Amino acid sequence: MKKIFAYSDGLTRKPTHYCPGCTHGVIHRLVGETLMELGLRERTVGVAPVGCSVLAYEYFNCDMFEASHGRAPAVATGAKRTRPNLCVFTYQGDGDLASIGMAEIVHAANRGEKFTSIFVNNAIYGMTGGQMAPTTMPNQRATTCPAGRDVNDAGYPIKVAELLATLTTPAFVARVSVHSPQETVKAKQVLRQAFEYQAEGRCYTFVEFLSTCPTNWGLSPRESDSWLEQEMLPYYSLGIKKRPEDFEGGPKWK
Amino acid sequence: MEVTEVLMAGFGGQGMLLSGKLLAYAAMNLGKEVSWLPSYGPEMRGGTANVTVCISERPVGSPYITQPTALLVMNQPSLEKFGVRVKEKGLIVVNDTLVPIKADRDDCSVLYISAGEIAQEAGTVRAANLVMLGAYVGWSGIVEKETTIEMIKKEFARKAKFIPANVAAFEAGFDKGLKLRGEG
Amino acid sequence: MTKVLMKGNEAIGEAAIRAGCLHFFGYPITPQSEVPEYLSKRLPEVGGQYVQAESEVAASNMIYGAAGVGMRVLTTSSSPGISLMAEALSYIACCELPVVVVNIMRCGPGLGGILPSQSDYFQATKGTAHGDFDIIVLAPSSVQEAVDLTIISFELAEKYRNPVMVIGDGMIGQMMEPVSFPDKEIGPPLDPGDWGLTGCKDRPRRIVNSLYLDPDLLYQQNIKLKEKFELIKQNELRFELYNCDEPYDLLLVGFGMMARICKTAIDQLKAEGLNVGLFRPITVNPFPYEACAEAIGRSKSVISVEMNMGQMIEDVRLANVEGKPVDFFGKTGGLIPAVEEVQDKVRESLAAMKK
Repeated sequence: MKKIFAYSDGLTRKPTHYCPGCTHGVIHRLVGETLMELGLRERTVGVAPVGCSVLAYEYFNCDMFEASHGRAPAVATGAKRTRPNLCVFTYQGDGDLASIGMAEIVHAANRGEKFTSIFVNNAIYGMTGGQMAPTTMPNQRATTCPAGRDVNDAGYPIKVAELLATLTTPAFVARVSVHSPQETVKAKQVLRQAFEYQAEGRCYTFVEFLSTCPTNWGLSPRESDSWLEQEMLPYYSLGIKKRPEDFEGGPKWK
Repeated sequence: MEVTEVLMAGFGGQGMLLSGKLLAYAAMNLGKEVSWLPSYGPEMRGGTANVTVCISERPVGSPYITQPTALLVMNQPSLEKFGVRVKEKGLIVVNDTLVPIKADRDDCSVLYISAGEIAQEAGTVRAANLVMLGAYVGWSGIVEKETTIEMIKKEFARKAKFIPANVAAFEAGFDKGLKLRGEG
Repeated sequence: MTKVLMKGNEAIGEAAIRAGCLHFFGYPITPQSEVPEYLSKRLPEVGGQYVQAESEVAASNMIYGAAGVGMRVLTTSSSPGISLMAEALSYIACCELPVVVVNIMRCGPGLGGILPSQSDYFQATKGTAHGDFDIIVLAPSSVQEAVDLTIISFELAEKYRNPVMVIGDGMIGQMMEPVSFPDKEIGPPLDPGDWGLTGCKDRPRRIVNSLYLDPDLLYQQNIKLKEKFELIKQNELRFELYNCDEPYDLLLVGFGMMARICKTAIDQLKAEGLNVGLFRPITVNPFPYEACAEAIGRSKSVISVEMNMGQMIEDVRLANVEGKPVDFFGKTGGLIPAVEEVQDKVRESLAAMKK
């Protein structure tokens, strides 16, 4: 009998702690599969964040760091700069990357650090129990904005992929989603492209994943997928926002 | 315990830190122990800048000196501030091109050097700091003239066109210092 | 070994290279900016790399990353910047990684000023950051010693897999003195042993982590760190006694540049017939309590002389097992206690003793 689906060796066998219906597990699997397919696992160092995926170092089957809140890109910079032959990735949520770690992500991207950032945007703080994130949608309820996000008070959700794409430094920047099988297949292709660019030593690579949080959204997993599609997709458009090739013929200085 | 403590002070940009460095190099070349401690501040140019150079046979103890044995001043505020602090029987060298007042110290030797004019004659008014250094070295004999000139050449190696005027300024200052010493 | 005249900050940078440190991550701040300036020029010449971080927060996490993959690494900063590095130092200490951090101290609190101080003694030796851990802290009192201790710092960091901090006041960073460097050009690379994240080819994967959700496991790690520091206390205490061979009625205790000022004061007092001893801790964490106690024991009283409002005096008091009178002399804010002021304090203290 032909085996058509198997556990990825890019992940450990440890059962994850993620809530039922949470898409972290899917994203983990895509990363693990990609590392295996590209033959990178044995020279990969991942950096786990603080947030729901704080225990990611238990799940990725490669050498792992656990970083402090928001600093994964700085840790990855230290690792990649000193051992450039390593494949280095950060795995960060929206509080970690887009709030407390905004300086680190912007500057790592701007320096063109040759690692990959996987940004999981579920529009809420999961681990701490459903507080407002910098990516929480307008009028979306959270425990620290019980009446819904007031954009006059908290501003609008930050589109990190678009923000990083404005930097002049060459990079690969994309936003994908895993709320449906079709989008998940596309997401895998984009993720693979990011790791390929890194393996070539080409540029900084950044993939934002739209993700669900049924527990803190107060929805069932299926409702969560629909909510993501209806509420988040119109605001957070999917696609590749920037490629290193875009830079060719771009600005040059003496 | 003979320690020579030289405080050199002026406006930032007048080159007293460089004069101090050359003195420290020259003394080091004689096998002496030295320290070079600058005042440092946000003023990159135009503020007051001073440096203390200690020269000793033994390892230098405190490089931070409030009462130096010698003072070289390029401007009036520095003379007003530091003139009173020089140790008894010490030396004060005043750049009288820019300092219109006299040093009010009967217990010290005071040299008035027209460093600006002398430097101008040597080729550039910007070398007034080296006239002052020359006068001090000529008067005190603390380091050798030739060694100091070597250090000047080294310091300006990458800006070689400035060497002749700076060496000439140092030598003119040196001669002036030596002459004043002879006059006692 | 030929001597060269170098600024303390530049000499520290060169010393790191001679120790085999080819990676520096840092952020400019007065009065230590000559370290990153020097290394940004020098490191590429020796095949190393300089990275200017976006902040001290980032720089300290970059050294966490570099040390975690088993590379020798340095960062330097000054007081407010060190405060920003506190978080990462706590993580690095828990993860038992070898890093060297240099603090060229300026006066505080807050933004304070840029002039010299020793006001970060508590921060370096007692309360570097959250959690139970100790870092090794060395306090040089000359540019040459800054070089020597920087090289030793890497050895200690690697021997114990622990952060080591070199603290000097702004004067040490800014002053020039003749220095010589060890003849060996550049030390061998760090051995990532069984802990560095080098990729899991042909071995089980490794994790550099300071998260312990199980209290028993975290307590075990706390005990391990404590035991390691006890070993450091046994093996690595460094101090200097100055003018302590002849009997003395008064002992000064000072570290770093303040000890130099004390030495000159002591030399000049000797000419007046007053014999005063000096105890200078070189490792300020761990503090050489027993040696200090011994030196205090031979004196009638002791003065802790510091460029701060009185911090090391607490260690001097702990060392004062015989209960001798302990006094403090010092100032800060960018003001430096002068030789003459130290002498006045000594004379006053000796006169009071005679009454």
